Amino acid sequence: MTAAAKPTMIEFRDVHKYYGDYHALRGISATIRAGEFFSLLGPSGCGKTTLLRTIAGFEEISSGVVLIDGKDTKGVPANKRPTNMVFQSYAIFPHLTVAQNVGFGLRRANLSKEETTRRVAEALEMVGLRGYGARAAHALSGGQRQRVALARALILKPKVLLLDEPLSALDKKMREQMQVELIKLQRQVGITFILVTHDQEEALVMSDRIAVMFEGEIAQLADPETLYRRPTSRKVADFIGTMNFLPARILSETAQGIEVEAQGLGRMLLDPTQAPGAASGTGVTVGFRPETATILFEGQKADREAMGTIEEVVYYGDMTYYDIRLDGTEAPIRLSMRNVFGRAVLEIGARARVAWSPGALVLFR
Amino acid sequence: MKGGGFRIYALAYLLFLYAPIILLPLFAFNEGTVIAFPLTGFSTKWFVQAANQPTLWQAVKNSLIIAGSASVLSTVLGIFAARASTRYQFPGKAGLMGLIMLPLVLPEIIVAVSLLVVLLGLGINLTIFTVILGHVLICTPFTIAILSSAFQSLDRSLEEAAYDLGETAVSTFRLIILPLVMPGIISSLLISFTISLDEFIIAFFLAGTEPTLPIYIFSQFRFPQAVPVIMALGTVLVACSIVLLATAEYFRRRGLARSGAKDTGGFL
Repeated sequence: MTAAAKPTMIEFRDVHKYYGDYHALRGISATIRAGEFFSLLGPSGCGKTTLLRTIAGFEEISSGVVLIDGKDTKGVPANKRPTNMVFQSYAIFPHLTVAQNVGFGLRRANLSKEETTRRVAEALEMVGLRGYGARAAHALSGGQRQRVALARALILKPKVLLLDEPLSALDKKMREQMQVELIKLQRQVGITFILVTHDQEEALVMSDRIAVMFEGEIAQLADPETLYRRPTSRKVADFIGTMNFLPARILSETAQGIEVEAQGLGRMLLDPTQAPGAASGTGVTVGFRPETATILFEGQKADREAMGTIEEVVYYGDMTYYDIRLDGTEAPIRLSMRNVFGRAVLEIGARARVAWSPGALVLFR
Repeated sequence: MKGGGFRIYALAYLLFLYAPIILLPLFAFNEGTVIAFPLTGFSTKWFVQAANQPTLWQAVKNSLIIAGSASVLSTVLGIFAARASTRYQFPGKAGLMGLIMLPLVLPEIIVAVSLLVVLLGLGINLTIFTVILGHVLICTPFTIAILSSAFQSLDRSLEEAAYDLGETAVSTFRLIILPLVMPGIISSLLISFTISLDEFIIAFFLAGTEPTLPIYIFSQFRFPQAVPVIMALGTVLVACSIVLLATAEYFRRRGLARSGAKDTGGFL
């Protein structure tokens, strides 16, 4: 990855935002690189949309600094910023045609009529709406509105494109298709995209880097793989995908490794990188993803095995989810197994040998 | 037949409501002077007579000036109020809006008498201007109600989008907000025009020596020979009112269709 070499496009320095007594942004500091597909991910009310709107200039920050391309944005109104936005509702002007909507931002550019027409056609082509220019905007489908909103925002060639939950109004199939199209589009135009979403899968699929936000703070900022494999807190681990947690205690800690004893798994030595988070004081646990452990069938052997009883089986066709309570533990863990042809799905109450590997574990403390 | 009793009730109700109005054109086109059946023959002479009365024309002129000014003024005030009440939060908003809407339910005679007392106390002469003032007062609640629904159905992000694409607050208002609420504005103009045109009590108290059309009509009823003329005039007025209100409703519905909003019921 050459991402680190890219220059900074947006920088937040200790940004705070208050709405009266409500502390919406609590000291956000982060940098977003030029040409990056960056996501702000979090549950509703975590401040992700507020943060996006501070970049656009729709929200004034209470304290701190927001730099766009090295320039302080303080006092710069939304219509003077090198950013454009795709709104959650798309905000297509209903009384204008598709072409008038897309070309709206060019009004101020004093282009000739031919140049405007050419650029509008180009923008429509880019989002796959060639020939739709004369249509009335209110007669479009949801997916088409989305594309018009994209074309309208990109026609000004902004330095940063802001996307406020742009896919949330689409059905699942359309959403997945648009995800791929957005990634392609971003690579094609090379503009910095900042996406706000509450959908962790969407963020993982689309982003170069993700900032996970809770209650006005960035809990973790990392690339999708790091976020998934090495979450720094149980909260992040829980929000992104599924993670199993087992109570544990630390036996000894050196620069070489941390010796841990976990319920149901026993003693193990973990690498210091497997404890990426700071101490939170809420007790020590180890976590692992459902797909990192497997049930062993007769004749199979593994370095690390644990015994358990199957408590629940959820069959998904290609996958089966097993809830297994390991011997010596109180709560069941969840495993996901790919269904292999010719191998029966196990039943509730059956005993199972579970293979796991210390390398897949994350330590929270 | 389902609900026979209710059907008869509904019919009787409609008859009671509209039969007198249907009688209006009936006698306007009747030959005889006496307002009674049987009708004596078709004639348009009452319309001709009405058109030939200079005092009537003066009253029509006064009424048109008043209705025109009052509708424009109250619509402009309505735009400000509707915009403020739908877009901004400020302390005492609900109470303030309630006070503005109050003339809607206040007895007009109370409004008229209070205005008269205040105007006389201030030493202001009673003219067309004072009638306009009174009519703006009673029309504004209607315009606010109409315009609020127009502003309410505006998605806030439309404004932000225009702003985001480089427009200023003023050009955003002109390019986006105004076109989208225009049907509401037209509808508000037409309805306040209609209200002002046939308003009687306030005009009666505040008009001084410049009578409006309703006052003229009322005064003519003292002369039996003038009654058919009034019938003719009334026929014209009813026709005008229907056209105005129908136009207003047409614009209101078109506005909803344009912004893709759902119809939540209007004045008609």
